[in-house]
Amino acid sequence: MALDRWIALIFVTFCCIYGYAAFFTMDQLLPPFMQRNPVWPSTFPKVLAVLGVIVGMIVLLGVEKAEDQDDAPSATEINYRRLGDYKIGQALMLLGLMVLYALMLRPAGFLISTTTFLVAGSAILGERKFHVMIPVAAVATGFVWYLVQEVLGIFLRPFPFFMGM
Amino acid sequence: MLEGIFIGLEAAFSVQNILMVVAGCLIGTFIGMLPGLGPMSIIAIMIPVAITLGDPAAALILLAGVYYGAIFGGSTSSILLNAPGVAGTVATSFDGYPMARKGQAGKALTIAAVASFAGGTIGAILLMIFAPALSSVALLFHSAEYFALMVVGLSAIAAFAGTGQVAKALMMTILGLILATVGEGALFNMPRFTMGMLDLQSGISFITLAMAMFALPEAMFLVLNPARGASGEGSGKITNLRFSREEGKAMIPVIGRQSVQGFFIGVLPGAGATIASFLGYAVERNIAKGEEQEEFGKGSVKGLAAPETANNAACTGSFVPLLTLGIPGSGTTAILLGALIALNVTPGPRLMIDTPEIFWAVIISMFIGNLVLLVLNLPLIPYIAKILSIPRNYLIPFILFFTLMGAYIGQNNATELLLLVGLGVMATIFRFADYPLAPLLIGFILGTMLEDNFARSMQLYRGLDFILERPMTLGLLVLAALLVLLPSYRARRARKRAEGVADGD
Repeated sequence: MALDRWIALIFVTFCCIYGYAAFFTMDQLLPPFMQRNPVWPSTFPKVLAVLGVIVGMIVLLGVEKAEDQDDAPSATEINYRRLGDYKIGQALMLLGLMVLYALMLRPAGFLISTTTFLVAGSAILGERKFHVMIPVAAVATGFVWYLVQEVLGIFLRPFPFFMGM
Repeated sequence: MLEGIFIGLEAAFSVQNILMVVAGCLIGTFIGMLPGLGPMSIIAIMIPVAITLGDPAAALILLAGVYYGAIFGGSTSSILLNAPGVAGTVATSFDGYPMARKGQAGKALTIAAVASFAGGTIGAILLMIFAPALSSVALLFHSAEYFALMVVGLSAIAAFAGTGQVAKALMMTILGLILATVGEGALFNMPRFTMGMLDLQSGISFITLAMAMFALPEAMFLVLNPARGASGEGSGKITNLRFSREEGKAMIPVIGRQSVQGFFIGVLPGAGATIASFLGYAVERNIAKGEEQEEFGKGSVKGLAAPETANNAACTGSFVPLLTLGIPGSGTTAILLGALIALNVTPGPRLMIDTPEIFWAVIISMFIGNLVLLVLNLPLIPYIAKILSIPRNYLIPFILFFTLMGAYIGQNNATELLLLVGLGVMATIFRFADYPLAPLLIGFILGTMLEDNFARSMQLYRGLDFILERPMTLGLLVLAALLVLLPSYRARRARKRAEGVADGD
């Protein structure tokens, strides 16, 4: 089964769960005066769940036939069948780094976590000239912090939590 | 209308707003050139900046400048590197890149700039004529019609997705609508589908979703496949920005036709700059005679001017439904709509009456924006193009960082970043499976409005009667159904016919 139909299968399952939540768990919480309304908070989700299952089934069963595309994929075109040739390790490590950044941003402060993120990101991609990358990352971080904090006036905690800022 | 133009001139020609246009165009060109950051991502990044400005007119002017700049920047990278940063400029590379290979990169850039300028300017004139007319019609609409109109818009986006893609696009639209039901709605003071998480109480932020749908997958693809957006054999120095008088003469009819055609394609929901540029290229190639037709694909002046004119005119055209009906027709205008709502401006037919200065300032700033692109950006292009030689080891971490920052400073909430990564992985998988992502974002942005209008008409008519009692609503809903069913019906009939022929042999 092709990837797009697996996704359709997951989507149909998701719609069933969503529909279950809409049909069976939402209406009990509704106060009596709102039950006299023609629309309930669950009305729209119910409609969506039903439509979602129908459309998902159409994709899953392949009712709508796609045109066969036999032309060879070009080098810049992205294709999951060539996933083995791609640098999945790097991509996964970068995603992990982004999660780590999200978790560390508050506790470690903006300046440290961002500089580390930029340096580690380029290291994952294979950059070894740290004497260039570290100053570049530090200057860019400082510049963005200044821009966001001072010019836009959005608070970004610059230093780690124990430094009291 | 004349009065409106004067109001617009007055608003747009303040020092602050002119600075906004110039800054927007420069930033847009700069970032639009980078592979992996299309106009949608750039506008999403700029939204926090625009919102901090506080003045809706200035914010919209800035964002419109960024939009034009990004499209222009995208065509620069397609001409110089054959690496279009934006889908709308893919057709530009057909003739632009061969021209650059022949050592005429400077000329190609000038032609692109002139064509974009003409397309954008003619588009803005058409916008001035059509937007007020459409918005006076739209004043007759009630919530029932709005509901129906949004359904039409969503199904049109799915219908234009292409053969074999309609069901997939519909699936994405529904997913977007489902994501929009998360959080507390305006009509019911009741959290829905938050799974008890406080961070989801206010719903998913649309900037996060926009970043996750467009910026993150593109950055991931750059990591996965280094051939994508590779600097290739760069075209070296950019010299001689002039084109000859004959070439100029050849361009004029192309620009005339394509700016009108592009504009009207842009007005249609879901069509937008990409379709306009491909169609413009195809039409001009078919019209061209003998020798000129041979030239297409090998560096034809007409082949470069056509998609460039059409995509800029279409960008302008896509503002028509946004400004008059409050319904975005493309991913980019959907993001602009989100920004406007955040600034407490509700686009729609009342926009022209309640806040004419915003409406007209935007239109006037389109002229200024196009002029800035031509006068200021063109001479700077050789220098701006240096950005293309930044090694990807430096570029990709910065793209990822800007994506994260865009989501973070809008919300100041680190959970939003985790959501961004999660949704981004989902979007990357969707892209691998060839699902279109713009319908998802448009569905998400229209979801809340769709439900509100639906609920309002249900309450007014105590049930579904409004569909039968308002002929316009019924008509629009029938149109929506036809739009979705027609492409698959025609494909099916064509297939049946093909099978019949095969049997006969």
